[in-house]
Amino acid sequence: MKPQFLVHDEHDSVGVAVVDIKAGEKISGSCLETSKVISLESKDPVPLGHKVALKDIKEGDDVVKYGVVIGKAKQAIKAGQHVHVHNVKSNRWQNVKI
Amino acid sequence: MSKYKFLGYRRENGSVAARNHVAIIPVDDLSNSAAEGVASLVSGTLPLPHAYGRLQFGADLELFFDTMIGTGRNPNVAAAVVICIEPKWADKVAEGIAKTGKPVEVFSIEKSGDLKTIEKASRAAKGLVQKVSELQREEIDVADAVISTKCGESDTTSGLGANPTVGKVFERLVAAGGTVMFGETSELTGGEQIVADRMKTPALRKKFMDIFNDYNAMIEAQGSDLLGSQPTQGNIAGGLTTIEEKAMGNIQKIGKLKVDGVLSPAEAPNGKGLHFMDTSSAAAEAVTLFAAGGAIAHLFPTGQGNIIGNPIVPVIKLTANPNTAATMSEHIDVSVEKVLTLEQTLDQAGDALMDMLLRTLSGRLTAAEVLRHKEFVLTKLYRSA
Repeated sequence: MKPQFLVHDEHDSVGVAVVDIKAGEKISGSCLETSKVISLESKDPVPLGHKVALKDIKEGDDVVKYGVVIGKAKQAIKAGQHVHVHNVKSNRWQNVKI
Repeated sequence: MSKYKFLGYRRENGSVAARNHVAIIPVDDLSNSAAEGVASLVSGTLPLPHAYGRLQFGADLELFFDTMIGTGRNPNVAAAVVICIEPKWADKVAEGIAKTGKPVEVFSIEKSGDLKTIEKASRAAKGLVQKVSELQREEIDVADAVISTKCGESDTTSGLGANPTVGKVFERLVAAGGTVMFGETSELTGGEQIVADRMKTPALRKKFMDIFNDYNAMIEAQGSDLLGSQPTQGNIAGGLTTIEEKAMGNIQKIGKLKVDGVLSPAEAPNGKGLHFMDTSSAAAEAVTLFAAGGAIAHLFPTGQGNIIGNPIVPVIKLTANPNTAATMSEHIDVSVEKVLTLEQTLDQAGDALMDMLLRTLSGRLTAAEVLRHKEFVLTKLYRSA
């Protein structure tokens, strides 16, 4: 079966949608490093290319993709929710407005 | 000898080329009109109009000369006609190009005017076009080629598919004894330690980190508001959230390679392997600098669909985004969208891109070439005097 999302690294807290995902779908994807299959239920619509949380992320926690920190949660994010600029911010260029 | 061969041109100094241009190079903005006049009269010439070349000074002037001379020196330029308002700078650029051994003719407009200059330069250009039209392609090992990469309008599919496909091809080119370049200094932010760890020597590491820190200091000093610039609106629409995420996708283009050299903007690599060049992340500026550094083809992965080309270097577009591959198909040379559905491995995607690279080096026109994308954009460091 074709995956709905892909995960770069086994430590990642987000996956990347490779199809347009609707809210409330049972979705599964695989990790590119380990081929491990992960399944969960989407809580938001997640367009192709956008990220879905694979686990609950607390406010202020690191968001991990490619096995590295790519930013921090601005608010609590539940597994299955859409992860993007509305709930994640950069840790870099803090003295410039991003 | 590697198994990767193409049909290309071998130049006087041993460098190899994928194209056979007769470039008409204006040294300053004032000379664009004469350069375009020559190109309109003489078939087979390529004018390179641009916006600068007057009252630049210091490092900005040096980069200007390095870019103009490097462009003329690029192996894809078989012969050059240099036109400038005044003779001194015309000679400086022409002499820099002529060191390669390729034919160069030089003209200045002062004391002649545009029309006489166009006549003289057109007569010279006609002879050069006929001369280079007799050059023949021959079999060349990819080990002798210089190839660059930079991505644009990236999204998360770039990091999943298109960029690691370039990484596979870069690994093969370096294993074959080739020379490859990457850059985009500011877009490594968040991944700079990973790139620094790939430097082969502590001296290279320091040189890289100094360049990186200087660029970031410039951005932080200038930019009270980068909103909508990094990541770009296109990046965000494609699902990229932060500069760190964009950087991690970006560096997939160098695969697992170590870095053999760190170059100034427009500087030619001094050896084989992978070289980092200090460039802007703006597509046309970066590709123009890689071309000035001697790249004869460029691999350009895109997510949301960047359409850039370059006048002297074929720019090969690839995408893993199925929407972009469908809606902007006329701009895409290679689609690796099946990587996203796990129907194609990255090695298979690398095979497809390598095949297209060798065909392009052998003469196949890229989408950008056919659609007349000739973005020749100089990097300006600061205001002219």
